[in-house]
Amino acid sequence: MRVNFTVNGRKQEADDVWEGESLLYVLRERMGLPGSKNACEQGECGSCTVRLDGVPVCACLVAAGQVEGREVVTVEGLADFAKQREEGCATGACGGGGTSLQAAQQWQAKGTDSQTGEGEELAPIQQAFIDAGAVQCGFCTPGLLVAADELLERNAEPSDADIREALSGNLCRCTGYEKILDAVRLAAARQDRQESGV
Amino acid sequence: MGVTGTPTSIKQGSKTKGGIGESTLRPDGTLKVTGEFAYSSDMWHEDMLWGYTLRSTTAHAEIRSIDTSEALAMPGVYAVLTYDDLPTEVKNYGLEIQDTPVLAHGKVRHHGEPVAIVAADHPETARRAAAKIKVDYAELPVITDEASATAPDALLIHEGRDDHHIGHVPHPNIVHRQPIVRGNADEAAKRADVIVSGEYVFGMQDQAFLGPESGMAVPGEDGGVDLYVATQWLHSDLKQIAPVLGLPEEKVRMTLSGVGGAFGGREDISMQIHACLLALRTGKPVKIVYNRFESFFGHVHRHPAKLWYEHGATKDGKLTHMKCRIVLDGGAYASASPAVVGNASSLSAGPYVIEDVDIEAIALYTNNPPCGAMRGFGAVQACFAYEAQMDKLAAKLDMDPVEFRRLNAMEQGTLLPTGQPCDSPAPVAELLRRVKAMPLPPEQQWLAAGEQADVRALPGGLSNTTHGEGVVRGVGYAVGIKNVGFSEGFDDYSTARVRMEVINGEPVATVHTAMAEVGQGGVTVHAQIARTELGVTQVTINPADTQVGSAGSTSASRQTYVTGGAVKNTCENVREKVLEIGRAKFGSYHPAWATAELLLEGGKVVTDGGEVLADLVDVLEGESVDLELEWRHRPTEAFDLRTGQGNGHVQYSFAAHRAVVEVDTELGLVKVIELACAQDVGKALNPLSVVGQIQGGTTQGLGVAVMEEIIVDPKTAKVRNPSFTDYLIPTILDTPTIPVDVLELADEHAPYGLRGIGEAPTLSSTPAVLAAIRNATGLELNRTPVRPEHLTGT
Amino acid sequence: MDFLRPASWEEALAAKAEHPTAVPIAGGTDVMVEINFDHRRPEYLLDLNRIGELREWEVGEETVQLGASVPYTQIMDHLRAELPGLALAAHTVGSPQIRNRGSVGGNLGAASPAGDSHPALLSAGAEVEAESVRGTRLIPVEEFYTGVKRNALEPDELIKRVHIKKADGPQQFSKVGTRNAMVIAVCAFGIALHPETRTVKTGIGSAAPTPLRARAAEDFLNAALEEGGFWESGKIITPSIAKQFAELASGACNPIDDVRGTAKYRRHAVGIMARRTLGWTWEQYRGNGRTLEGAA
Repeated sequence: MRVNFTVNGRKQEADDVWEGESLLYVLRERMGLPGSKNACEQGECGSCTVRLDGVPVCACLVAAGQVEGREVVTVEGLADFAKQREEGCATGACGGGGTSLQAAQQWQAKGTDSQTGEGEELAPIQQAFIDAGAVQCGFCTPGLLVAADELLERNAEPSDADIREALSGNLCRCTGYEKILDAVRLAAARQDRQESGV
Repeated sequence: MGVTGTPTSIKQGSKTKGGIGESTLRPDGTLKVTGEFAYSSDMWHEDMLWGYTLRSTTAHAEIRSIDTSEALAMPGVYAVLTYDDLPTEVKNYGLEIQDTPVLAHGKVRHHGEPVAIVAADHPETARRAAAKIKVDYAELPVITDEASATAPDALLIHEGRDDHHIGHVPHPNIVHRQPIVRGNADEAAKRADVIVSGEYVFGMQDQAFLGPESGMAVPGEDGGVDLYVATQWLHSDLKQIAPVLGLPEEKVRMTLSGVGGAFGGREDISMQIHACLLALRTGKPVKIVYNRFESFFGHVHRHPAKLWYEHGATKDGKLTHMKCRIVLDGGAYASASPAVVGNASSLSAGPYVIEDVDIEAIALYTNNPPCGAMRGFGAVQACFAYEAQMDKLAAKLDMDPVEFRRLNAMEQGTLLPTGQPCDSPAPVAELLRRVKAMPLPPEQQWLAAGEQADVRALPGGLSNTTHGEGVVRGVGYAVGIKNVGFSEGFDDYSTARVRMEVINGEPVATVHTAMAEVGQGGVTVHAQIARTELGVTQVTINPADTQVGSAGSTSASRQTYVTGGAVKNTCENVREKVLEIGRAKFGSYHPAWATAELLLEGGKVVTDGGEVLADLVDVLEGESVDLELEWRHRPTEAFDLRTGQGNGHVQYSFAAHRAVVEVDTELGLVKVIELACAQDVGKALNPLSVVGQIQGGTTQGLGVAVMEEIIVDPKTAKVRNPSFTDYLIPTILDTPTIPVDVLELADEHAPYGLRGIGEAPTLSSTPAVLAAIRNATGLELNRTPVRPEHLTGT
Repeated sequence: MDFLRPASWEEALAAKAEHPTAVPIAGGTDVMVEINFDHRRPEYLLDLNRIGELREWEVGEETVQLGASVPYTQIMDHLRAELPGLALAAHTVGSPQIRNRGSVGGNLGAASPAGDSHPALLSAGAEVEAESVRGTRLIPVEEFYTGVKRNALEPDELIKRVHIKKADGPQQFSKVGTRNAMVIAVCAFGIALHPETRTVKTGIGSAAPTPLRARAAEDFLNAALEEGGFWESGKIITPSIAKQFAELASGACNPIDDVRGTAKYRRHAVGIMARRTLGWTWEQYRGNGRTLEGAA
């Protein structure tokens, strides 16, 4: 079947989609957006969390056909999404792009550490994850970022218990979660500082 | 938390920004937060096919026949391969013993063993085709424990063994046996005023890395293959892959893809050979991605173990002796079992002074799932048991459990049961003192918000099982010892290639190793080392591949030590070359070139007095230095097969934990409130990453204390919970705050005095949680994980 | 496999009549797991996402008419006052992401004994509105569960709404899992006090082939409360009454041993939860119960 929907502000179309395919598969394998991760494919880990019409969901549990005509935001579009929200028009975002084999082969960790991928504008929550040391293997990171960004969108000053509850659907195996908590606290504090004009 | 201790003093490059000791940020951080970092499951190629593995539905059976005709006839199917299609005489692989068939031959030995592989144009087509392969199994009785493995009439899991352990094992269904005898435990027992013994059971834990096994093989025009894969050790894979494909190693070009965690579970081959076989057969790129269900069958697990211990002590609290017997279930294939036996036996006494010991550890071959490497292997299981014993002894002596441990704690100079002296700091007593000294978390935090209680802070969490009823607090302590690096005479080396040149008017260092970055932050540390040693800011870390020599495995807490050591060593040699160039170019301008000790710092050549002699840009103008060198740590030796004596280990790592738990004693539900850790890291090359490793390792130990276990049916040897629905790992609501106290006592034998850190926190976390639960409930609890049934007697 | 995308409820009923084997999919939190793990290959998937009325609810005099696809998050956010037991149960479902998609209709359709909403529906009192092209019928929820993962729906029927009695007294829900979040019930218990009729109703989850009410426990408690004049006096329920209620609730279970827990533990835990939740609801009834943040 054919499926049309908007991803990160851009209209996308996929053809010859098998009816049993998930939104996750279509994003990763047909639209070149592998940022949403395939860790469990049973809704138990949150690595594939995306916004579906604004609502955080596990992309692995949404049938591709159910997304027809709807809007999806993935980690690839998170920076633009956050920027537009700040500008007051969070209707989706543009940009993104998958990883071709060529790009993967050319991957290099440049010596500028956190500035790698320079010029790239990050959402505050993305920068906070880097700064707080919340990223190790990084496989859980995209889903956590989408979930944490949505938390801060509806609750600018979350308590630790609020953060834990909001992220309880996102498994991480590397960090023990402490640095993830730090990152969300950091993003909230920076957001607060920015809003109060300090 | 702050870092305290006696940091190593570093002179070279200490003024260069972003060097060792700073919490510089990950070089791959931006890619990882934007979703652009290419993990092994993210590969995509124009005309790629999908590989799929048909796995055995039974644990032990003869294969009478395999019929692939229907599967092959399906549209969209490009290849179906079985054992008969393997191209060469080499049809097995294995880390140490090549006992694992690439595809089952005549027999399957465990549930989920690969029997056939399919390549098709869509994963669903591949799955449907696999379902059409007809395999005729004749069931065999299953071997699931020591009794059934060593019974006189037991079937042999592997007939005709000819590996190097068969000569000293008491039964062919025992992979390896290591006794360690020192002093005379029976005699020493006579001096004991109290003796305690216990039988302990450690459940089968899964690494549960989040990125499932995956990768892509692309056939090359030269008949070779390019393989992009997530692994812990490229060159070990390569040695196992190439012979099966019938290709010289240089025609199997491996590149490390993004690795979604490892924890030991990627030390063995999973889909690597299968993808290459399918790619070479079809002439097309082949991608294989396991789903979570398959991942539970796609890698080895932590050895479940039964451990029997006896300890004695005098009434003033001095340990007299220890006897133990450790039975590890290695499952159907050897994997890392021999090394696990070596660690379990040699570290079975823990970080304590015990002069008279009688130790035996074995690993079995059974029809259970194969077990091998997982964070802290061997030492983890032993620590769970000996720490329970320490608490029992302290209770019997009416002593404080921490004081009892401190009284018997080993220190630098202590002889281990293997007779090997510990020749670097061993601050065991100090670590215990530190965790005990940390302030305890406040009581009844579910009421902390004021009048309204918060179930999220109570056992049961959001499930609303208690509002405080039946909840009892407990506190427990544990400490452990883990060896760092590969032991027992293994040639444990790494290789680093470092290039220094001027690019766009700036001095730049490029570091190239085959080290598998699995999330631990090795790439961050390599850049820091290069900055410190070469005095530059710009460092490029090249992707890990097999175009450079082996880095050894990302395991055994060894990479910062060994590949970090290799990077340091190559940098030092590059530095000498750079200075030679400098002397040749500018030596005549300043006498210090010939007489002073010279450093590279902040992009300049300076004297140790701080005088600038030249800019590196000028030294390297029109030149470049490029070296690839191997580096190895001090050699170790094998343990004697009868006495276990020998200098088998190169370094040790110590951590201590204090666990505070709240147990709903009526429902048997546990909430860990805090899990404080103190660890000696020798030298924290990157303090932020060090703390992250300690917190992560601690949490994996917490998981196996209260929830994580692969449950294998003892009647069928089949796995009953291969999913994240029923194999539970801690969520953020299960994980407490983890305050970390980092101690830095330099090991003079190691680069920068550092100590491998990744595994030690996984050891002591589990027994500390168990001790706290025992403290809360008064129950004996001799197995882990603890389930509600065990706490409620149901 | 075919993917059917009805744009209206009528189209959905027609599609289901034409293809009775079609598997309805709304939140996908059960169906997609089965598809991803190759446990199920339905001939047709019947997508209900485009039918807006299934995501609506209406608060009436006596009942809440809850659309079959209303996500659990909406129940937690908007129906705590009317359906406190169900809101509590909704909060224990999976994760925030799952609660954003999963619904009571899906729980009923799957009819797993471990479904989190069942004990809340049983204790509150509910009827399932099933509809087909042949007509509409209301099935009392007690009669809806017919076996392990089986329900009373005819092959051509779909769940349109659930009619749930509005709370006329305190309600509670407890669930045991071996993790503090994102866990399938080892067993669960729901209780609702109905001061208007001076009755107490219960629901047990995951401790028998189907969700069920602990009828003997209810009968005992109703009689004991009546005899002792507890409803009028609001005095504290005696430990012996609570104990016997708990024992009878345990006795109502017919559990199995599985990877999530033993039968013996399930019986034991249901008893503890029965005693505790009775205590909590009764305290609330007496007017000095504390509400728990994150729990209600």
